[in-house]
Amino acid sequence: MDVLNNFFLIALPYVALAVFLIGSIYRYTYKGFQFSSLSSQFLEGRKLFYGSVPFHWGVLFIFTGHLVAFLIPRGILAWNSQPLRLMILEISAFIFGISMLVGLINLLIRRYTTPRLRFVTNKMDFVIYMLLILQTITGLWIAYNFRWGSSWFSTLLVPYLHSIFKLQPDISAVSLLPWTVKLHIIGAFTIIGIVPFSRLIHFLVPPIDYIWRPYQQVRWYWGRRKVRSPRTPWSLHRPKNN
Amino acid sequence: MDVRSQIAMVFHLDKCIGCHTCSIACKNIWTDRKGAEYMWWNNVETKPGTGYPTKWEDQEIYRGGWEKKNGKVSLKGAGKRRGLTNIFYNPNLPIIDDYYEPFTYKYLDLIESPEGDDQPTARPVSLITGKPIDIKMGPNWDDDLSGTPDFARNDPNMKNISPEEQEVMFQLEKMAFFYLPRICNHCLNPACVASCPSGAIYKRGEDGVVLINQEVCRAWRMCVTACPYKKSYYNWYTGKSEKCILCYPRIEAGLAPACMHSCVGRIRYLGVLLYDADKIESAVHGDDKDLINNQLDLILDPFDKEVIRAAKMNGVADSTIHAAQFSPVYKFVKEWGLALPLHPEFRTLPMLFYVPPLLPVMATVKKVDNKDQQDKMDPIAKKWDDNWLYDTSTKELWGTLDEIRFPLKYIASLFSAGDEEIVKDKWKKLLAVRIHRRRVTVGDVSDEKADATLADAGLTAAVADAIYALTSLPKFEERFVIPAAHREQAIEMMDFTGDAKGEAGFGIKGKVKRGI
Repeated sequence: MDVLNNFFLIALPYVALAVFLIGSIYRYTYKGFQFSSLSSQFLEGRKLFYGSVPFHWGVLFIFTGHLVAFLIPRGILAWNSQPLRLMILEISAFIFGISMLVGLINLLIRRYTTPRLRFVTNKMDFVIYMLLILQTITGLWIAYNFRWGSSWFSTLLVPYLHSIFKLQPDISAVSLLPWTVKLHIIGAFTIIGIVPFSRLIHFLVPPIDYIWRPYQQVRWYWGRRKVRSPRTPWSLHRPKNN
Repeated sequence: MDVRSQIAMVFHLDKCIGCHTCSIACKNIWTDRKGAEYMWWNNVETKPGTGYPTKWEDQEIYRGGWEKKNGKVSLKGAGKRRGLTNIFYNPNLPIIDDYYEPFTYKYLDLIESPEGDDQPTARPVSLITGKPIDIKMGPNWDDDLSGTPDFARNDPNMKNISPEEQEVMFQLEKMAFFYLPRICNHCLNPACVASCPSGAIYKRGEDGVVLINQEVCRAWRMCVTACPYKKSYYNWYTGKSEKCILCYPRIEAGLAPACMHSCVGRIRYLGVLLYDADKIESAVHGDDKDLINNQLDLILDPFDKEVIRAAKMNGVADSTIHAAQFSPVYKFVKEWGLALPLHPEFRTLPMLFYVPPLLPVMATVKKVDNKDQQDKMDPIAKKWDDNWLYDTSTKELWGTLDEIRFPLKYIASLFSAGDEEIVKDKWKKLLAVRIHRRRVTVGDVSDEKADATLADAGLTAAVADAIYALTSLPKFEERFVIPAAHREQAIEMMDFTGDAKGEAGFGIKGKVKRGI
């Protein structure tokens, strides 16, 4: 059992994080053309709504929730100190989880029943569907059976996650958790590790800078005033070719 | 004054014969690839007609372009708030059926079918699924079919035209139509650039070409919605948007773009315009009726010393300024005032201008009584029971413009945001040039009449001759005045185009594979 715990709770996270980090940077730097959300709305534009929208908003909330708890566990505990607020958090998170699951199932059905989509679907798509559905189901299961997740996540799991990032992995507490929770942890790190090899990678490039970017973009190959300055021969300036 | 240069275009619609050579030239070079088969960066539409994609001009459907509300100009169907909240599902995205499902034919069946009693046929197959399909739509499905109920009557520009006027246009015998070739307008206020959440689309400073960086595009697909001309296309296979690149590798080498080079009717002109970028914002915010004038105000006189000085300060190359002085586009658009942008009310400040067609509007259909004539005819001779006359006489010069059979409203809806006076002004000039040239070449028009026509149109004989020369007799070098590129080093950074041909297009380094 110790071997398994060590493998899945220590080795797997480090491998997954290393693969995620190196793979994503490599793909971003050298494989820009493959960096795409690969939207299939253009081929099927109706059923997508009932899959993509509930899934994405659900996952956005759930992921942010996990991230906030990971970054400021005390904040979550403070929020949960009042039962009403705890209920609000837990119930809304559960609803978003359900929304994720419904979205995923709709997406899965859509992708495999629309003839056109077969030609923009690869094996990895199936793998990530399965992983995400498994992850969502275990997440919902845990939230329903082991209450209240938001609280014990902050006290039990966050220290474990912090210990991973501090390079002093401590699984003494986590290894005693039920197997469903472990499955959820394993699923999470598998998904992280698979990001550079799948379309999931598009979550790394959310267009946030669009919010403050000016609408119009004009680019010059080099400083347009410098071009004509005799003191700066062109050869000194490598053109900024994107 | 922030002087920039823009490669701009003029299409002379009177000369377009609708042969689609431009479309084919473009297709062969750029979009003959998987996922791009349905794209026609250059397409030719029959007007009146629904166009490609179907009814693209109806922004109540496609939500493209900019709209002015309470004095503020914003994107109609995209923008920061809408773009980011609709990023998971874009409610205004046209899907492939709005264009057409790309197809080919199983030509091999013609050769390889076993011997039998019947003739082998080449069945159409979808280029997406590879399965046999019934072709329902094509990129020029409405070609020459302006009279049919499916196409011409659904033209979005028809909404302001009375049923009676429409009937005159539609009766098959009285049909009037013209061709509208369309490419990306390389706008000064491009909606696609403004809508791109990932910032992949940009306008090149040196020549104003609008490009999509294929390495940065993330398939958020807002540009497809935002472009009111539907000239940004989503490649369903690579998950990247693509658009007309104005053949920039050719432009940089001083060559005309493929569509323009191959133009059989020689309708296309391409040249440099110098414009004042500081004025763009105020130009865009004008009222609908001022949009064209605002746009023309942006364009600067390339002979003006102050303009030249400011241009040089901004790093506009001497060769570009020189080209601007010989630009055929400047002459048509600004000097002679003959060309108009397509749908200026979309507020993108398109840099592709059209000389509105005069030919289909010149003739009038007159009701005549043919009974006397028919009674005189031999009883067994074929009789036409119609009683109209296709009258091409221009005896009453402006009279014909007032009772034209092709409603002025229709042309105005296309080229001047509905302002009929603007189109009428162009038509007067076009007609005056014809009458003047008839005086010169045939001589059956009196000097008084010809001079009066010219004066009414605001032209002189010399200007009319110049218009005639550039319209009818232009040499290749007069139609395309393209400055030598000053990006020799940048060109060297590009890889050989052949490496990426058939995969993702130009400018991509290395082997191109679809994302996983």
